[in-house]
Amino acid sequence: MKYQCRRRVDKEDEMTCLIKGCNFVLKNIPHEAFVYAKHADSEFRFQTTNPDIFPYLLVNIGSGVSIVKVESEDKFERIGGSSIGGGTFWGLGALLTKTKRFDELLQLASKGQHASVDMLVKDIYGGSYGYLGLTGDLIASSFGKSATADKDFSKEDMAKSLLHMISNDIGQLACLYAKLHNLSRVYFGGFFIRGHPVTMHTITYSINFFTKGEVQALFLRHEGYLGTIGAFLKGAEEDNPNQYSWGENYAGSSGLMSVSPDMNPMQRARSGTFPFDMLEMDRLERQLVNLPLLQDPSSYIPDTVDLTEDALAREYWLYCFEEALDGVVKRAVASQPDMPEAALRAEKFRQKYRHKLQTLRQQPFAYGSLTVRSLLDTREHCLNEFNFPDPYSKIKQRENDIALKYYQKAVKSLDELSWEEKQFALVRGVLAGNVFDWGAKAVSDVLESDPEFGFEEAKRQLEERPWLVDSYDQWLERLKGPPHKCALFFVDNSGVDIILGVMPFVRELLSRGTEVVLASNSGPALNDVTNGELQILTERIAAMDPVIEAGLREDRLLLVQSGSSSPCLDLSRLDKVLAMVVRERQTDLVIIEGMGRAIHTNYYAMLSCESLKMAVIKNSWLADRLGGKLFSVVFKYEVPAGKPNKDCGAFSPS
Amino acid sequence: MDKAKSMVDKKGASGPFHVNNGQSQKVFHSHVMVATNGSCCSSSSSNAFGSSTVPSGSGTFENMHHLHRGDDAECNGSPAKRCRLRRRTESVRKHRPPFPWFGMDIGGTLVKLVYFEPVDITAEEEQEEVENLKSIRRYLTSNVAYGKTGVRDVHLELRNLTMCGRTGNLHFIRFPTQAMPRFIQMGRDKNFSSLHTTLCATGGGAYKFENEFRMMADLELLKLDELDCLIRGLLFVDRVGFNGHPECYYFQNPSDTQSCVKKPCTLDNPFPMLLVNIGSGVSILAVYSENNYKRVTGTSLGGGTFLGLCCLLTGCETFEEALEMASKGDSTNVDKLVKDIYGGDYERFGLQGSAVASSFGHMMSKEKRDSISKEDLARATLVTITNNIGSIARMCAVNEKIERVVFVGNFLRINTVSTKLLAYAMDYWSKGQLRALFLEHEGYFGAVGALMELLKTTEDP
Repeated sequence: MKYQCRRRVDKEDEMTCLIKGCNFVLKNIPHEAFVYAKHADSEFRFQTTNPDIFPYLLVNIGSGVSIVKVESEDKFERIGGSSIGGGTFWGLGALLTKTKRFDELLQLASKGQHASVDMLVKDIYGGSYGYLGLTGDLIASSFGKSATADKDFSKEDMAKSLLHMISNDIGQLACLYAKLHNLSRVYFGGFFIRGHPVTMHTITYSINFFTKGEVQALFLRHEGYLGTIGAFLKGAEEDNPNQYSWGENYAGSSGLMSVSPDMNPMQRARSGTFPFDMLEMDRLERQLVNLPLLQDPSSYIPDTVDLTEDALAREYWLYCFEEALDGVVKRAVASQPDMPEAALRAEKFRQKYRHKLQTLRQQPFAYGSLTVRSLLDTREHCLNEFNFPDPYSKIKQRENDIALKYYQKAVKSLDELSWEEKQFALVRGVLAGNVFDWGAKAVSDVLESDPEFGFEEAKRQLEERPWLVDSYDQWLERLKGPPHKCALFFVDNSGVDIILGVMPFVRELLSRGTEVVLASNSGPALNDVTNGELQILTERIAAMDPVIEAGLREDRLLLVQSGSSSPCLDLSRLDKVLAMVVRERQTDLVIIEGMGRAIHTNYYAMLSCESLKMAVIKNSWLADRLGGKLFSVVFKYEVPAGKPNKDCGAFSPS
Repeated sequence: MDKAKSMVDKKGASGPFHVNNGQSQKVFHSHVMVATNGSCCSSSSSNAFGSSTVPSGSGTFENMHHLHRGDDAECNGSPAKRCRLRRRTESVRKHRPPFPWFGMDIGGTLVKLVYFEPVDITAEEEQEEVENLKSIRRYLTSNVAYGKTGVRDVHLELRNLTMCGRTGNLHFIRFPTQAMPRFIQMGRDKNFSSLHTTLCATGGGAYKFENEFRMMADLELLKLDELDCLIRGLLFVDRVGFNGHPECYYFQNPSDTQSCVKKPCTLDNPFPMLLVNIGSGVSILAVYSENNYKRVTGTSLGGGTFLGLCCLLTGCETFEEALEMASKGDSTNVDKLVKDIYGGDYERFGLQGSAVASSFGHMMSKEKRDSISKEDLARATLVTITNNIGSIARMCAVNEKIERVVFVGNFLRINTVSTKLLAYAMDYWSKGQLRALFLEHEGYFGAVGALMELLKTTEDP
């Protein structure tokens, strides 16, 4: 009796954990949910994360089916279910086909023709039942032919018929419950679904049929982990979940590891799960929110190119990252000269990252959507994992020291120019500074071979106007108008970039009477300047420059962390404090600098205030693709439609 | 277009109405009125689809189709057809179609045939009656089995029934759809076409076999929609009763196997009802009046699935065999129950330990597969299919806000396991809100409805 009670409680916890896990992944993991479309260009269509996830229906297909309505973080209810589930497919399938394993059954099903076993509408009518709009190919009676036809049926055909029968049945029930409770979001999970395109396809088909497209069948990338995540979170319950956020570590996903049931069926465990499944999440001690200035947060997608859709780009970038791997390993080892085992760890890092790149080459969907950002972030994660948290720290320090020496001289030469010359020189300064980037292969080669590669040299390398994307004239016109209230500047690299490029530009903004918020990474990524480093740098500059000093003192120059540790930028996951400052200061200009933040991501981001995206293309393939050449310049100044310049200062906090 | 509009208006005006013998005249009368407007197309079907999910346009198209058929017969009819037409016109004068009177429902698995045997034949009539008509009557009424697979359900016979002014017995005959070619062959051999009767047929087979009837037996089918026929036939049989007894029944105390007992009842005020027709597949209709209904949904897991899976799993060959095995089996050896997983009830979600958690769930284990009996497998198949239909029907009833659920179809023939299970499922899951009703003539309503169409089209104006 006691034993029974105990087990019951455990099982109850199981459902709680499942729902908790589901809520968690839907809220925190970008591109967690996806729609399956077998014949579309891209098999998986990922849904953008939306903090507003409730209410939804979770259809968990284990051996039976549970249909759970989830209304809030703590409120859920099992509103129904069915005994015809994965166990029925497996049990009945094993009886019919003498095939023992679930995966083998699915494999059989994927090869079969159900029409030889099922009685179709056309078998009864000789055609369609036009009166009711039932097409001839519709199944009128599952297994209907096996009652009358005097013949043997193939294992494949029976397995296929069974799969259709069960998927359709579950789809129909799910629709009936969705209709009854007026829910349009229906997520499917459980071992019947887990990573099996055949079942995802039949379920999707069934849902479309029964709801005439009104309800979409949604699947989850990390579906197999929901219970575990939930249990973990339950353990950490005393923490307030609103105090922090989570970042995915791109380790893998249960929903998409294998795209075909034919792929390595022997590698899978009996239960149909994968031995190499993995989900790594990093708890970020911050709460991450949308940039309040996004024009439409629900449609915002940070990444410019979806590499799962663009095969050519995918091939290039995977190649590019693999090529750069030796250099990254070398620098990682060099960053820890006092640690003898660093070489070994670096080697492990190399293996892990290379393995991921190889997996991605074969299964682009392995980690959800594939973008340059996810490739960069994955590399950072792997470096961290093998205890190389900041391989560039020494390089950054050295370069900052060198650049600081030139700061006063640079400012002085700028101040000697006429107003118009100065504005242009400032922009060129930011652009030239941005050439100094260890993250870009073309540049890191030059930097490594020629440490004296100077600021002036960089300016000479820059493309002459007109630039590849050139709205400088509009920007200059704007500067002749009233000053901005407050500018938010997402900065990029350490060294020359931040000190000789960005700071003089900031200084000019401050002089015009514009407040400036410098947003920098919370944690290290490549040679990007971190918030901690920027604090020190700014203090040192303030000691030489009364304008910067006054800005800091009068609280008109703020240094705020972005919440990110990525060379790219996701404007929907920013530190809550930053969002607050942006709102309080009535920010009316957003400046985004660098390839990672303004090209790979946010190139198409629409903001509700003026924005300036500046970057130098330091990759010849990308330059070629954009119709430019190496060191082409992107200078993209945008004013949102219907917002006259003069009103910009009147942006009201919401 | 105007006509369609007026029909919708008419439907809108008529609410659910009480049907008894006195009023049934009126119902028939109104049909006749419409028919005199020059269109046999404005049968109940068009009204029904005015409110159905099918665009009313397609309903209209279907009606056009019927209309067209009549034109054909007149314009390019063969001498035989013209003769038939004349006979028909004559019989209209006599207010009734010529004998024999048949209604036929050709389903995916079974053909259902109803035959009206007149018992008030006058001596004069007897003399006039052609020989093959006599022989058909004698053949059908003196046998209970036809060939290897044809069966007359003697216990269902409706005696001393008055239809179209004639008194007679209504016979219920069924045979497998597979035997259809032989049946058509018989129609040819007996020179059925010389009888100049109209063969009213419904079910998918009316469409599928139309050409074969025409080519092989020189017979034109009057094709009728199966759902129209189903509802019309059902309401008719309920109205006339089952030889003095109610046609309808339910189970008292459905949740208690000891005291669960079959009770007759009347469908006094039948609307709205959810009509669940379980043939090879399942159709679920929400019926608001004789002429106003919609097909809510359907499922491919029906009687054909039960029999098909049973044949594959146990090697049985007939429905009777499958049911016989199922009656002896125990499904809990095959299905995983809630208590097999949770050790008892799953209280938080109100699931009883005895509820099935996973149909065929035990069969995931090889040892259990190797030791299972055919009877257990047959029972599990029956329970799985039945519960699933019950579950979908219940959801539809709740969604459509209908409390009365009527189950019909030949899947329920000699199948008390399923009828009781459905009664229990409706009662249990709805906490007594829903009531499952059954009808004695389970699968024959489509055929009856087809026969009524024959009698209706020739009604006196």
